[in-house]
Amino acid sequence: MKGQWCFMAEKETMRHGKQRLDTGAGRGDEETMQHAKGGTSFTISIGPVHPALKEPIQLDFEIEGEKVKNADLRLSQAHRGIEWIGTNRNPIQILYLAERICGICNVCHTLSFCRAVESIANIEVPPRAQYIRTVTAELERIHSHMLWAGVAAHELGFDSVMHYTWRAREKVLDTIEILTGNRVTKGMPTIGGVRRDFPEKHHKRILETVGFYKSIFGKLQDMLLHDPVIEARTRGIGVLKKEEALALCAVGPTARASGVKRDVRQDEPYAAYCDLGVRAITPKEVLGEVHGDVFDRIAVRLAEVAQSADIIEHCVRNIPEGKIVFEEKPIKVLAQLRGAQGEGIGRLEAPRGEVFHYVKMTGQEAPYAWKVKAPTYSNLLSILPMMREAQIADIPIIAASIDP
Amino acid sequence: MFGMAKELLRQLFKKPFTNLFPAKRAPGSVKDFLKAVGEGKKKLNPPVPVPEGYRGKIRYYRDKCIGCGLCTRVCPAEAVVLIPEEKKIRYHMSRCCFCAQCVEVCPVKALETTQEFLLADYKKS
Ligand code: SF4
Ligand code: SF4
Repeated sequence: MKGQWCFMAEKETMRHGKQRLDTGAGRGDEETMQHAKGGTSFTISIGPVHPALKEPIQLDFEIEGEKVKNADLRLSQAHRGIEWIGTNRNPIQILYLAERICGICNVCHTLSFCRAVESIANIEVPPRAQYIRTVTAELERIHSHMLWAGVAAHELGFDSVMHYTWRAREKVLDTIEILTGNRVTKGMPTIGGVRRDFPEKHHKRILETVGFYKSIFGKLQDMLLHDPVIEARTRGIGVLKKEEALALCAVGPTARASGVKRDVRQDEPYAAYCDLGVRAITPKEVLGEVHGDVFDRIAVRLAEVAQSADIIEHCVRNIPEGKIVFEEKPIKVLAQLRGAQGEGIGRLEAPRGEVFHYVKMTGQEAPYAWKVKAPTYSNLLSILPMMREAQIADIPIIAASIDP
Repeated sequence: MFGMAKELLRQLFKKPFTNLFPAKRAPGSVKDFLKAVGEGKKKLNPPVPVPEGYRGKIRYYRDKCIGCGLCTRVCPAEAVVLIPEEKKIRYHMSRCCFCAQCVEVCPVKALETTQEFLLADYKKS
């Protein structure tokens, strides 16, 4: 990706160079001088393919010297038509479609869709299923944050940390594979419950995984938060003030790192979170003060890994007995849903922030409408104030810091 | 501070964490290598065990199937297609997303998940 930045910048200078030839040597020298002093600014655009992570967005930067003067964003570069496909399928089929909206937070999307449909059809989810849902969602959060920590380290040019965090991430992936039958696409939640139980023999494995993350937590903090190089590259970079975060409706760790106490698990508890009393983590709890910069975002996400580990441990130790799904036969579920009419929403806290699904059913097998809002969509605008006055070299880490 | 440096030094003396490639070193010719393995001259690194309950390739027992078509109704990828005149289904592995919903729904257990995960091939059939 760095190659791409260089390439773009190079192309821009080439164009300027050509202009210089056109306008004669004397003027050209003047222009170069102006450039050196940072007098003129020019615009470079990055994206829509792979700007920092995989989301297809295009960022336009107004650059003056090494500084970003202004940034703008262009969206809607890719249309997948997922919502339309969904309106041609039945809810059981949509589960796996929703799972593919986001590769990493797949449980969140499925769960959110399930909650929307359950609220339409008034389906009661058994308590054991709620706990299993919570554990899967939290395992996913650990997975996502560890992955992000690696990506952030990579954007900072610190690849040994990336390999370390990704190696640590393997543990949770293996556990997920044992529990759900696949490393990434878990296919766990279904309408009215979950698809697989956690038998007793797997509890040990989950607790062991949680213990592993607790044991390396100190080391991770040491590597990412107490490292002078990382601190120099991230402190005071990409600042998002609390007012800006509120005004731009930032969600998830991006908002929390700016000191906004916003977390769906706290504000509107779902699944087993009602019994847990989860509190939103802001840098104040971790570091004592809030700066709202990239460093704070790293700190918040790391603290959330520890928080997730605690939640999982509590859930596994206190998991209630009982059924895991309200109706075992998917065909009967479909028959019940065919009679359902109305609108429902499902909100929940994904690793990146709030996921929102809206479903409208009109008594047909397929939903009449399905609308998805993924967390990155809410967070994208907050990139713009972060980019202002940033160095070109800091663009990748700032763009990656919202975990797009 | 220096957390990473310490960790890096420690890693120098550890075994590699990644799963091993079947051959210890990349062979010049895969064919010759496999032949040598067949003759017992060379050894392959053992494969990584797949956990129980892994959602791999779907196996279809044609004789058990009663042609009820429930699997085609729940399959999100339209990877199982009903052949009405034979009252059997056809399973397209290349379309399948391995969700195992069809396995759950089948009333006579004519479908099951296997632990097979090496599915890349040159031919679709
Ligand atoms: S595993 Fe899923 S995608 Fe594959 S055939 Fe079965 S239902 Fe269809
Ligand atoms: S659900 Fe089972 S029995 Fe029915 S058509 Fe599919 S494979 Fe055959």
